[in-house]
Amino acid sequence: MTTILGLYNYWIVIVLMMIGFYIIIAHGHLIKKIVGLNIFQTSVFIFYISVGKVEGATAPIWQEGIILYSNPLPHVLILTAIVVGIATTALGLALIIRIKEAYGSVDEDDIQAMDNQDMVNQDKEQQQC
Amino acid sequence: MLAHLPILQVIVPLMAAPACLILRKPKLVWLFTLLASSLAFIISILLLQQVMVADTISYELGGWSPPWGIEYRIDKLNAFIALIISGVSTVVLLAAQTSIEKEIPEDKQTLFYILYLLSLTGMLGIVTTGDAFNVFVFLEISSLSAYSLIALGKDRRALWASFQYLIMGTIGATFILIGIGLMYQMTGTLNMADLATRLPEVAETRTVTTAYVFFIVGVCLKLALFPLHFWLPNAYAYAPSIVTAFFAATSTKVAAYLLIRFTFSIFGISFSFTTLPMETLFLVLGLLGIFIASTVAIYQDNIKHVFAYSSVAQVGYMIVGFSLSTHAGLTAMLLHMFNHALMKGALFLALAAIIYRVGSARIADFQGLGRQMPLTMAAVVVGGLSLIGVPLTVGFVSKWYLVVAAIEKGWWWVAGLVLLGSLLAVIYVWRIVETAYFKAPMAGRQPVKEAPMAFLVPVWLLVSANVYFGIDTRLSVEIATAAAKGLFGVAQ
Repeated sequence: MTTILGLYNYWIVIVLMMIGFYIIIAHGHLIKKIVGLNIFQTSVFIFYISVGKVEGATAPIWQEGIILYSNPLPHVLILTAIVVGIATTALGLALIIRIKEAYGSVDEDDIQAMDNQDMVNQDKEQQQC
Repeated sequence: MLAHLPILQVIVPLMAAPACLILRKPKLVWLFTLLASSLAFIISILLLQQVMVADTISYELGGWSPPWGIEYRIDKLNAFIALIISGVSTVVLLAAQTSIEKEIPEDKQTLFYILYLLSLTGMLGIVTTGDAFNVFVFLEISSLSAYSLIALGKDRRALWASFQYLIMGTIGATFILIGIGLMYQMTGTLNMADLATRLPEVAETRTVTTAYVFFIVGVCLKLALFPLHFWLPNAYAYAPSIVTAFFAATSTKVAAYLLIRFTFSIFGISFSFTTLPMETLFLVLGLLGIFIASTVAIYQDNIKHVFAYSSVAQVGYMIVGFSLSTHAGLTAMLLHMFNHALMKGALFLALAAIIYRVGSARIADFQGLGRQMPLTMAAVVVGGLSLIGVPLTVGFVSKWYLVVAAIEKGWWWVAGLVLLGSLLAVIYVWRIVETAYFKAPMAGRQPVKEAPMAFLVPVWLLVSANVYFGIDTRLSVEIATAAAKGLFGVAQ
């Protein structure tokens, strides 16, 4: 029981990860997919940050009389990953705007249906030639 | 200067990308991009020459010694892959300006070259770095620019393909991030060489197994290994033609490199192939990929789709070589990576020429092209023969090595299946040849001229490379064998 509760940070990570993953798979709305992706990535950020924490240690700023510091490296790494995550989100949203302009919809099923329709139309054109 | 080559390999295209903004004029930017890419190519040749003599080059970024600082570590394997990437990139760029003039609006052409250079930077970075977290950063640089490049396609379906790739690619990259995080948690290091010495001490733990699995699944998503390939066909089919030629020849190679690097040099062969059932898993997925993707390719209407599915099948061949986990198998895989870059580069570039003239890559539009565009179609035929694995082409060389490696291991049936898979390639290549040479042009379609020199030169450069390395195999085989030997030297 103590190990399960003691490792609560990992449980949070796993639960968040699965929520994010589920949203990506189950939702057809493109913006919701991006939100899911964000939650999914955030869970990994939390994982890295909690890995760097040393019990009973302080923030890694040098100070007289303190000997135990948390590991700053994972925090720095995740700063980079957060930037990457923002770039991905921005690009995803920009694509959604373009998709909305081109298809008039932001729903996966609608877009897929229109794509299939495009294929059928092209075949017809071909036969008329 | 020579001592700084490993970092220059990445810095040159990275710095060239924003510099494009100053030049602005698409033609100038194109020449500048070509120059930057050629420089990267020359650097990779010099690096390869160096590592063929000295075993590895270690470069300390900013003078911080590893494992604290970031290390760029070049050995035969990554020098070889960097050569493939920068080489294909340079040749493809020769045709870029002519091709995108018709496919991308003028105000976006400069941006196109910036994205292209960034994508090149990312791929070269993944290959040269010796730091696990650096891999993730460069992976995202190359992926984010790849999504934008694909979205530049004329068809609206390019947007949707790009979005799907963005979702899948980000999931893959995040999986890789989780894998790297778990490795760091167990060993406290991110340096690849350091990881390789520290991981075996903790190899028995479940965390390390989880780290490996997360990492490999993420890489296989990027590799488009069957059944994780769904993003690939549409992304390749609707992207601008030049982008397709560039990515089809390089991007899967980068993922394959990561697979080799982490399995052989970092986790070690005894861990991945003895403790975990990777051998069976990869063998089955590789063979399924060959057969299913080749069969799907036969029924495609768009030739870009045909070759995209064929790429998935070719990844299958690489993975079969990988799953043999012998020196011969790995040599076959490396050779196939090199050869596949040559043939897919040639084929997709020839398709770009056809799209330039005809405006589409549907099979019906190929009718009569054998007469109207003889040089381009001849290139498609030679590329197709290479894809099948006909003697005197590079395709034959790598299939030969693969079959021999399978027999050496005693897997006769695998050798048989590999040959059977090639027969499927005969069908989809023959469909194109038949339409182009034996069917009269469609009534009412304007006859088209031969493709301009801007296409013919790079296409035939790649085609002659296909034939040259199919006859004179010394160079490619020597490098691939040496690279494979280096990996087994580390692993054992």
